[in-house]
Amino acid sequence: MTRWLPRAYLALVYLALYIPIAVLVVFSFNDGRTGYRWGGFTWRWYEALFTNDAMMQALWNSLWLAVSAATLSTLIGALTALALHRYRFRGKKALKGMLFVVMMSPEIVLAISLLSLFLLVGVQLGYFSLLLAHVTFCLPFVVITVMARLSGFDESLPEAARDLGASDFTMTRTVLLPVIMPALLAGWLLGFTLSLDDVVVSTFVSGPGYEILPLRIYSMVRVGLKPEVNALGSLLLVFSLLMLVLSQWILMRSKR
Amino acid sequence: MTQKTLLSLRNLGKQFSGKTVLDSLDLDIADGEFITLLGPSGCGKTTLLRLLAGFEIPDSGTIELNGADITALPPEQRPLNTVFQHYALFPHMTVFDNVAYGLKMEKRPKDEIHQRVEEALAMVQLGEFARRKPHQLSGGQQQRVAIARAVVKRPKLLLLDEPLSALDYKLRRTMQIELKRLQRELGITFVFVTHDQEEALSMSDRVVVLQSGKVQQKGTPREIYERPANLFTARFVGETNLFPGVLEQVDEQRITVNVSGYRRTMRRPGFPVSEGEGVHVLLRPEDIRVLEPDADHGFAGKVVERNYKGSTLDSVIHLEDGTEVLASEFFDEDDPAFDYRLGEPVRVSWVEGWEWLLPLENGGVPEDQAANA
Amino acid sequence: MLRGLRQPFRTGVLLLVWTWLLALVLAPNLLVIGASFLTRDPGTFLSLPVTLENYRNLLDPLYLEVFLHSLYMASITTLVCLLIGYPFAWALSRVAKDRQLLLIFLLIVPFWTNSLVRTYALKLLMATNGLINTGLMELGLIDGPLRMLYTEGAVIVGLVYLLLPFMILPLYSVFDDLRRELLMASHDLGAGRFRTFIHVVIPLTLPGVLAGVMLVLLPAMGLFFVPDILGGSRNLLVGNVIKNQFLDARNWPFGAAAAIMLTLAMALLLFTHRLSQRRLGEEGDV
Ligand SMILES: Nc1ncnc2c1ncn2[C@@H]1O[C@H](COP(=O)(O)OP(=O)(O)OP(=O)(O)O)[C@@H](O)[C@H]1O
Ligand SMILES: [Mg+2]
Repeated sequence: MTRWLPRAYLALVYLALYIPIAVLVVFSFNDGRTGYRWGGFTWRWYEALFTNDAMMQALWNSLWLAVSAATLSTLIGALTALALHRYRFRGKKALKGMLFVVMMSPEIVLAISLLSLFLLVGVQLGYFSLLLAHVTFCLPFVVITVMARLSGFDESLPEAARDLGASDFTMTRTVLLPVIMPALLAGWLLGFTLSLDDVVVSTFVSGPGYEILPLRIYSMVRVGLKPEVNALGSLLLVFSLLMLVLSQWILMRSKR
Repeated sequence: MTQKTLLSLRNLGKQFSGKTVLDSLDLDIADGEFITLLGPSGCGKTTLLRLLAGFEIPDSGTIELNGADITALPPEQRPLNTVFQHYALFPHMTVFDNVAYGLKMEKRPKDEIHQRVEEALAMVQLGEFARRKPHQLSGGQQQRVAIARAVVKRPKLLLLDEPLSALDYKLRRTMQIELKRLQRELGITFVFVTHDQEEALSMSDRVVVLQSGKVQQKGTPREIYERPANLFTARFVGETNLFPGVLEQVDEQRITVNVSGYRRTMRRPGFPVSEGEGVHVLLRPEDIRVLEPDADHGFAGKVVERNYKGSTLDSVIHLEDGTEVLASEFFDEDDPAFDYRLGEPVRVSWVEGWEWLLPLENGGVPEDQAANA
Repeated sequence: MLRGLRQPFRTGVLLLVWTWLLALVLAPNLLVIGASFLTRDPGTFLSLPVTLENYRNLLDPLYLEVFLHSLYMASITTLVCLLIGYPFAWALSRVAKDRQLLLIFLLIVPFWTNSLVRTYALKLLMATNGLINTGLMELGLIDGPLRMLYTEGAVIVGLVYLLLPFMILPLYSVFDDLRRELLMASHDLGAGRFRTFIHVVIPLTLPGVLAGVMLVLLPAMGLFFVPDILGGSRNLLVGNVIKNQFLDARNWPFGAAAAIMLTLAMALLLFTHRLSQRRLGEEGDV
């Protein structure tokens, strides 16, 4: 078969994936009043964004939530991965199964189940409920990232450490932790991004007192088109891209 | 051999991104022959098989099968089959369906397929395994399915690329015998690739030694081993002691060679020789004899290693000029002289007439002598 | 017990992990299952008696129509993703290995970027006075603007756009595992391209197809914001129904029943996937 045909096809699909994003970014600098015709370059929308107090508040809320959710899920996820990797215990399969369910089940199911729980138990909807929910859906991704790292690692190293007199905890700290460090960083970045981008779960478990960015965007884009959203979307894109590049770079570098 | 030629390769060449992998190769393969391609890694063995099977098209030259040019024929239309190195059994099909696949592609009637598949499986002694999936079989069994799948099509030629390399030593021996038996019974021509010289020498009718895409030598295993055509073959096949020698006297029938001061008279070789020239004297370990230190001929040296190998006793002897000599002698418990200790001085000689001479390559003097001079 | 004291670290870790998962995964899921059998109550959300009413309501023509329409749109989405993704994954697996890494990276970039924002970007393109319409009109290909937004097509385009990578990645992984030797063996045994595709390539890539379907079909029924932004009020997904029931109509039991149906559908797909993997004799692990 000719060589160029598959390549042309790949190129076509990538174009289709990236054109909308590119358009969004270009139009975030558009000064045209009539919407979609190019009317010159402007920073106007970015300025509007940064002077909008409610928007800024939502941004800080989102960032704080993402940082805390990523940190907590990395911590718990790393411990879970270690436990799954190192220990034999009853119910290991069940534990894996639950993580699998979280990852595979439609987000909306997770969302309503958490909402039901919070309302029944009486958790105030707001920062705390969002945190619990975000940590829960980030968890399996961190576990998988760390497990992947652990599985490609010499089994005899922990044994050697124990043999040389390290306690279980010391061994984990001095041998395993350095090994999984890149995976932890990558997992943290993934969790951070997932949290920052989540709409479905947050729609259900957030409360009026704690507005976060995706929900604010959501309420803006439901009705009509808002040029500020172009600017905000572009910023988020660049930010996510940086995160992704960073995490891939960390993972790649650690492989050598 | 005077058999009819089945496959003939003329001036076959193949390059990958400018790098020559096969260089104007000529080879005739006779009908019913077991021919082995032997050579170091990367010398182009797999590439040659892939050209024969049709997975690659040569850059130059022709491939003729029974006089018909098949150079550009796609693989599915060539009347020859391949046994892949890692078997390449279809994991989603049973053993039976794997073997039946090729016949289905020929659109054979159901009854015939059934019968032929069962015959083929019986032949490789896997009759009861027909309903299993490949992953439920051991390595050796998978190997036999791969063979059955190829031979059930009754190809004129079977290509086998290191088919035994994934098996352990014992299974390998069994499969070698099995393959040889199959080849005799079916009368199919085998083109076999292996890294294992012992395997090549013991199984083949003919061995083709390749290096960097060029044929170094083709011949029976005995010719290859005892009368290597050049230094590469001599060094690549089997263990070899190479001594640099200088021709001192050249007669009609015989010549005298000085090997580091030790003079021997031997038969005149096939290549042109003249007095004063250098030659390589090639001796296999089993040609070497280890003598008492006070023997009247041979090189003086010291035993530095002895390895008992069951039927033979292998020694490494350090000669006075620093060369190491490998000797392999048949074990004889009753021979008291046989029992040398490590470090003991001995003399080393060889059986009259068992030496093999090779001309110097590049026309220079042997390296060792050049260093001494 | 004694063991727990001797290995405080191990015990602590397991305790933490178990507590989290039991409290935030198992308990809420059981709660939803329970809720789907209870009766609606305006004050406390849920009340007795136990009933099958909610499941019966799913069959109410009004909802049934929404569900079927949602299923229809999700199926078309999945099909389109498969039709685009299958050749794409194949082509991707044939690219030189070092370049594959970069291409896969480009494929997962969208996964890391805000899906709301990307859906919104589509709106920019498809609006009545959006880029596609203005472009086409300037080229003189159409006279008046096409109506693209707020149609079924717009929802499907949005879903495909968001979910395509999830179809491609599992497909790519099966194509990447598909050993060339097997294709060569098939040719060697006399099968041409077409028959090799039918007898070898399709069966061996089936698990990837199923995994892709699983990752696309169900989310395609749950992503409520896509119809909200692109589809108008007539092209709802199951996700929209569930959201309305929970957040607006406050009918939890009914919303829960709808969610359970979605979960059951997922379980069914998972089961089929496992089955197909077992057929290939691979050990399916988490
Ligand atoms: N598709 C290809 N593209 C580029 N180079 C190739 C390709 N196939 C083979 N080569 C090169 O051609 C040379 C010969 O390869 P080939 O596989 O024939 O060696 P071989 O004799 O079978 O070696 P081995 O004993 O290791 O199997 C090697 O240098 C290899 O790198
Ligand atoms: Mg090879």
